[in-house]
Amino acid sequence: MSRRRFFVVALLVSLLVAGVASYYASSHPDGLEYVAEQTGFIDSAEDSATSDSPLADYQTTGIDDARLSGGLAGVVGVVVMLLLSTGLFWLIRRRDGSDATHDSRA
Amino acid sequence: MHVPDGFLDAPTSLATGVVAATAVAVSLRAARRELDDRTAPMAGLVATFVFAAQMINFPVGAGTSGHLMGGALAAVLVGPWTAVLCLSVVLVVQALLMADGGITAIGTNISLIGIVTVAVGWGVFVLLRKVLPARISIVAPAAAAGALLSVPVAALVFTGLFAIGGNAPVDLAAVTAAMLGWHTVIGIGEAAVTGLVVASVVAARPDLVHGARPLLAERVLETRAAVTS
Repeated sequence: MSRRRFFVVALLVSLLVAGVASYYASSHPDGLEYVAEQTGFIDSAEDSATSDSPLADYQTTGIDDARLSGGLAGVVGVVVMLLLSTGLFWLIRRRDGSDATHDSRA
Repeated sequence: MHVPDGFLDAPTSLATGVVAATAVAVSLRAARRELDDRTAPMAGLVATFVFAAQMINFPVGAGTSGHLMGGALAAVLVGPWTAVLCLSVVLVVQALLMADGGITAIGTNISLIGIVTVAVGWGVFVLLRKVLPARISIVAPAAAAGALLSVPVAALVFTGLFAIGGNAPVDLAAVTAAMLGWHTVIGIGEAAVTGLVVASVVAARPDLVHGARPLLAERVLETRAAVTS
């Protein structure tokens, strides 16, 4: 598999997981939340300062359809993640042109 | 395991913030060794995939759920220093954009999900790579083993932080037992996802797997030795 093809497949998988599969995720509280409920410290949790963000709790404000609302939030999240993290890693990468940078299969 | 605002008091949150900031600063320098023109886009994709995978909560027993943390996965795929940065970007985006994990708890979440799981996952992986036969087929199981252990250890570290700076008076023994119990089960899910994803990447492009490189190098050397002899 060429590197370009591999990256495209990986990105598609991420988009599908965040944009489509996430709708079918379990809505039960996660391990920490559950333990906090059972042992009695869940009430010390406070609302996040970003809880009124348009994508808060992985739902898009103003879109009523749960599947679409969650899917869009996931896709936007994936795009933001890709730009931010690839940008960061591209910025701090090694630039001495040593070894791996001259991969003929790239 | 995203910690919300309010679980831990201000001094504890500040302390984990300092730990996280230091780890990110050190990783920004050290990750240069792991990142080049070829691996930088891979690292971006790994961070993006971990973000997506963390949206998938899988059910765990009675009324609770867990999702991939991804520290062991990222460490094996792109190297431990880059993995700390991957998870840090994920956690900051989640806190700022999705209100997942508190703002004052970003340091705590980077410490638990970004540092502890990477350190445990990578540590176990490297240890197993040393003692197991030097074959490429051990990479995915070794990554899974690191993932398995990383989750309960992160749960224990949270319990330790809660013992120091928890904002509610609770029975610590009960918290410890419950955190450890549930997160051992979640660790099995973490191991399954990590093993599956690493195995897939190893099958498609083993050269893009950071943790597989020493084994690949040996394989190339063996081939060359066989050809020249």
